[in-house]
Amino acid sequence: MSEANLPPCGPDGAPVTDPGRRSFLAALLSIGAATMTAILSLPLMRYVLYPLEARTTEIQWSDVGPVSELQPGSAPVKRLIQIEQRDGWRKLVSEKAVYVVQDSAGKLRVLSPICPHLGCSVGWQEASNHFVCPCHGGTFAEDGTRISGPPRRAMDELETKIEDGMLKVHYQYFQQLVPTRQVLS
Amino acid sequence: MPTENSVNIPQSGFLHWLDRRTGWRGMLRTALDEPIPGGARLAYIFGSGLLFLFISQVVTGVALAMYYVPSADHAHTTVAYITKLVTSGSLLRSIHAYGASGIIVLLLLHITQTFIYGSFKGRRELLWMSGCILLLLMLGMAFTGYLLPWDQKAYFATAIGTNIASEVPFIGGWLKRLVRGGDEMGTLTISRFYLAHVFLLPALLFAFIGSHVFLFRKAGPAGPIDEDPVAPKQPTEPFYPRQVVMDVGFTLLLIVGLWLFAHFHPIELGPQANPSDTQYLPRPEWYYRGPFEWLKFWEGPASIIGILIIPAVLGGIFFFAPLLDHSKERRPWKRPIAVGAFAGVLVGIVTLTTMSYHDDAVDLSVATKLLQQQEADKEYMRAPFEPDSSAATPAAANVALANPQAAKGKNIFEEQSCNACHGDGGTGTAAAPKLIGISAKYSPPQIEALLKDPTPKMKAGGMPTPQLKPEEMDELVAYLASLK
Repeated sequence: MSEANLPPCGPDGAPVTDPGRRSFLAALLSIGAATMTAILSLPLMRYVLYPLEARTTEIQWSDVGPVSELQPGSAPVKRLIQIEQRDGWRKLVSEKAVYVVQDSAGKLRVLSPICPHLGCSVGWQEASNHFVCPCHGGTFAEDGTRISGPPRRAMDELETKIEDGMLKVHYQYFQQLVPTRQVLS
Repeated sequence: MPTENSVNIPQSGFLHWLDRRTGWRGMLRTALDEPIPGGARLAYIFGSGLLFLFISQVVTGVALAMYYVPSADHAHTTVAYITKLVTSGSLLRSIHAYGASGIIVLLLLHITQTFIYGSFKGRRELLWMSGCILLLLMLGMAFTGYLLPWDQKAYFATAIGTNIASEVPFIGGWLKRLVRGGDEMGTLTISRFYLAHVFLLPALLFAFIGSHVFLFRKAGPAGPIDEDPVAPKQPTEPFYPRQVVMDVGFTLLLIVGLWLFAHFHPIELGPQANPSDTQYLPRPEWYYRGPFEWLKFWEGPASIIGILIIPAVLGGIFFFAPLLDHSKERRPWKRPIAVGAFAGVLVGIVTLTTMSYHDDAVDLSVATKLLQQQEADKEYMRAPFEPDSSAATPAAANVALANPQAAKGKNIFEEQSCNACHGDGGTGTAAAPKLIGISAKYSPPQIEALLKDPTPKMKAGGMPTPQLKPEEMDELVAYLASLK
C-alpha cells in the first residue's frame, strides 16, 4: 500500500496533525500503554508467584501430649502425633508414631521410631528392655543409643518444646545409612 | 511492498526488516487510518471499551483458572483460597466478577447507541446479527460463570436458572437434565458449566468478535445520524489520532474505575452451597433481575407464552431488525415505531428490574431473610481460610475405623513397620504392593497363613515374618481385611 492510496485525512484532504505531532502522540500512547500494562501486570505477577512466597520454612509443631501425663520413668512411651502438611488449598494430615523417653536429668526427649538403618519403624520391646527394629534386628537402649545390629547411629532425636504444659515436637526425617544425624526435610 | 517514505513511524534496521517480513506497517496504517465519516466522536467509544473488558476478562479468567478446581468438593475451597489467601486473588476475582457486570452495561450502551443512530442500516445485516449473537454469548458467560464459586447464592440462583429450561415444550425436562448433567445440580453441573465458560463460549466469542470487527471494517463506520449509511458523503477523519485518544481515555477510565471498585468493595464469597437448605432465598445478579421478575407474572399453561414465546418473538424481531427495516433513514425522530419499540422494551426491563428490588424491599420477611443471607456471606468472609481436608488422606480414612479389633491391628501394622514398605494405610509404595482390597483376593485365614509363612517372592522382596501373639495376629488380619 502506498501513501497515495490512503484515505483523505481531514476535511480539506490534508493531514489533521503534522507528522511531528503525530509521531510524538504515537510515542506518548505507546509509553502510556506500556506503563499501564506494567502496572496491571504487577498484581498478576504477585498472584502467580504467591505459592513461592507462601512456602515459608516455618516450623510445624505437633502436640505430643500434656507434660503432666508424660512421665515415662524408665520405659519409653509410644505416642501418635498428627503432622499436618499444607499442599496449596489442601491439608494433608498423617499420623506418625514417636517415642517419649526421659533422660537421667528428668528431661523429656522425643525419639523418631524410624530406624537409621533402612527406615523400618523401631518398636519398644518390654521383655528385652530394648528398642528392636523388626526388619534387620538393630537394637537400641531405652535412651535410643545404638547397642547392636546394622544401624550406624543412635535413634534420631526430634526437636521439642514445651508450650502451656504441652510437649510439642517438630517431626522430621533423617538421612539413613550414615553415621551422623542429617535432616532430610 | 510498503513504500519507505513513512514519516510517522521511526525507522530502524530491525523494524525495517520486520516490516519486510510481516508488512506490519501496512496493517497498522490500515487499522489506524480507518476513515470515520463526520469525524471522531465520544458516542463511538463503547465498542473499544467492550473489547478491552473482554481482554481483561480473559486475562483475569486465565489467572483464576490457575487455582480453581471445577468439582463440587473443591470448587468452593479453591475460590476461598483465591479470595482469602492468594496475593491479589481477591482483587483479580473482583475485577473478573465486576468486569462481567461492566460488559453488560457497556453492551446496553453499545446496542442503544447503534440502534438510536441507526448504525445497523445499509449493508450491515451480518454486522448487527453477529453483535446479537455476541450479546447472547456474553449473557451465557455471565450465567455459567456465576455458578462456579459454588456458594449458596450461586447454587440456588443457577438451580432456578436451569429450571427455566424445563418450560420448553416436549424436550424441556431432557434439556434441563442435559444442562445439569442429571436430575439434580451437582459436580457434573460444575463440569458442564466450567467447560462452557472456559472453552466453548470463549471460543465462540473469539470467533464472533473477530467477525464483528471484520464486518465493521468491511462496511465502514456509519457516521452520524444524518449520514448516508451506504455512500457516506461527509468529510472523514482517520481513526488515529482523535478517536484513538478518546477510546484509550475511556479504557483508562474503565481500568481505574474497575480497579478502585474492586479494591474498595471486593466481591464476597458466601458459605459453601448446601443443597439440603430449604430456606435459602435465591436472587440472581442484577442483570437477570428483569427476567426474574417477569417470570412471576406467568403461571400454569400460559407460562409458555411469557417465558418462551414473547422473548422469542422480541428476540427474533431484534435479531432481524436490519432485514425488517430496509429504509436508509437514520434520524430517530423519523423512525418513531422502531425507536419507540426499542425504548419500550428497555423501559420494560428497567421497570421489571426496579419492581424486583422494590418487592424485596417492602416484603419484611423477604427483606429480613435477604439481610440474614448477606450477613452470613460477610461472616464467612471474616472467617480465616479453612484448608480442605478430605477423607482421601490415608490418616483421615484410617481414623474412622469402626471395628476396635481392626483399630488395634492398625497400631500393630505401624509398630511392625509394615507401613514402611506397604505405605500408610496400606496404600503401597515402590518397595511393596498395596494392601487395600486384599480381602477380595484372600480370606482372613489365608492372610494369616501368608503372614506366618511368606511366599518366596514375598521373602525376596524383604517381607519379614512378624512375631506376634495369636490375638495380635487376629487384630492385624482384621485390620488388613478392613482395608478397602
